[in-house]
Amino acid sequence: MKEIVIISGKGGTGKTSITASFAVLGGKDVVLADCDVDAADMHILMQPEIAKQEDFYSGELAVINQEICTQCGKCFDVCRFDAIDVKDGIHSVNELSCEGCGYCARVCPVDAITNIPLNVGKWFISNTRFNQPLIHAKLGVGADNSGKLVAHVKNVAKEIADEYEREIVLVDGSPGVGCPVVSSLSGAHFVVLVTEPTVSGLHDLKRVYELVNKFHIPAACIINKADLNPDKTQEIKDFLQKEKIIHLTDLPYNETFTKAMTECKTIVEFDNGEISDKLKNTWEKIREIVRN
Amino acid sequence: MKIAIASGKGGTGKTTLSTNLASFLSENHKVILTDLDVEEPNSGLFLEKKLIKKYDKFKMIPEWNKTNCSLCGNCQEVCNYHAVIKIVDMIMVFPELCHSCYACSELCPTGSLPMIEKKMGELKHYKTGKFDFIESRLEIGEEQAVPLIKQSIKFVDEKFDTDYIKIFDSPPGTSCPVIEATKDADFVILITEPTPFGFNDLVLAIETMQELKKDFGVVINRYGLGNNDIEEYCKKHNINILAKIPNSKQIAELYSKGELLYNKIPEVKHELEKIVLHLTSNSL
Repeated sequence: MKEIVIISGKGGTGKTSITASFAVLGGKDVVLADCDVDAADMHILMQPEIAKQEDFYSGELAVINQEICTQCGKCFDVCRFDAIDVKDGIHSVNELSCEGCGYCARVCPVDAITNIPLNVGKWFISNTRFNQPLIHAKLGVGADNSGKLVAHVKNVAKEIADEYEREIVLVDGSPGVGCPVVSSLSGAHFVVLVTEPTVSGLHDLKRVYELVNKFHIPAACIINKADLNPDKTQEIKDFLQKEKIIHLTDLPYNETFTKAMTECKTIVEFDNGEISDKLKNTWEKIREIVRN
Repeated sequence: MKIAIASGKGGTGKTTLSTNLASFLSENHKVILTDLDVEEPNSGLFLEKKLIKKYDKFKMIPEWNKTNCSLCGNCQEVCNYHAVIKIVDMIMVFPELCHSCYACSELCPTGSLPMIEKKMGELKHYKTGKFDFIESRLEIGEEQAVPLIKQSIKFVDEKFDTDYIKIFDSPPGTSCPVIEATKDADFVILITEPTPFGFNDLVLAIETMQELKKDFGVVINRYGLGNNDIEEYCKKHNINILAKIPNSKQIAELYSKGELLYNKIPEVKHELEKIVLHLTSNSL
């Protein structure tokens, strides 16, 4: 089983649309994992039927029992997250600021503070309309620990792939270079970087590649909207060559991505032209690289 | 006044709006723009700027000093993040897991885990023609954006008076970095695009802002593309649509080169005026 992760650094470069098309092309060989748990969109194109859903608990939240609390203020003194609010002499926990370190509970002289497990979201095993498993999640509003939820989604996807002998786990990653991205990269066999020829596209590609490089994962790149700025596209190609990143393909700037999305379809279903052909060839290329 | 510019989905125009709005507002106001998308800071790419000062930013992590350590294992027990572990006769620290809560250090009976500084990123203070610009940048490999965002907001609070309009370009998503970047804002602008992804993620962002009890409005970027779901949703839920930036290849091209839009495209300037009018009528 091989794990292919699709990321971009910058958001909005077409990552999810491209991943969804690859999933359709991969058919029965693929288990799909939507690891952009902050803003999960894969289900919009895949319209899956949810087969199983579970709450995800990660981290803790301090709760002060006012009946026991003597308002001594020790918790306030030790908290490094400004998570203890004091109003009219009454101490309470600011749920958004509390990072669940548990320090306050340990120093409370009357044991008035307990840590409760935090429900940070839900995760799902679903069946896409292409009859393949999709593991996805919904992070609770303002929740912490998206990295752990990403790791969980990926692990479930891998277990399913192992059990049902699917060749590929296809992972749609999140933007940025922080904890959810680190989680989606850990253990991956191959990374596909989706970028666009804009000043931010190139800047973010370089940063996310630096991270990929730390993990020593082989990487390849798709330049989306390549004709938008030919000079920038050339700059990206020079960067790819210098870093020995495989250049998979260039996709044109047009509204097929949006039109397909608006009809809740993947690009390869919606379009019979150039973009679909390029995506098919690219998917074949990726399969071949991963196989070897 | 503090204005945060956020979005659920990435790539919907946060940076475009932040840089153009900051520049436009600076014609008549004192403005400070801060890029809080510390994982991928992009605002600076669109501004002609001069560096005033660079600051290294640190987080505090414990460092094992074995001299007096009795290997009691209390540090491992009190760390809720599994960032400190005892292996045989050693204490190991995993800095990337550490939240800097100080519990292991301060509760160590022999004082064997003093807290030391570890660089997590850089904050750069720039001047552009008319306004100040702060860019914070997370070191690659550093996983937690929140501490750097927190320190950057503190820097701006301390350095710039309340008579400044403070604009914060926030990270995408709805999780902890976004909460940190928006929770002190007086007003949040959510920018989105009229596509199913844009709509889905906007609703998540709206729910987040409602949870935070924030005053917010919506800007639709690439207006004319996709469908009308966002407008219908906002109408139904009484949410203000502040502006609609048209979908245009010319805008995409200017953006790709790192150029500001409002001085070249009158429609964009007109939409910025609408946003400013809304902000002014509400307290600016």
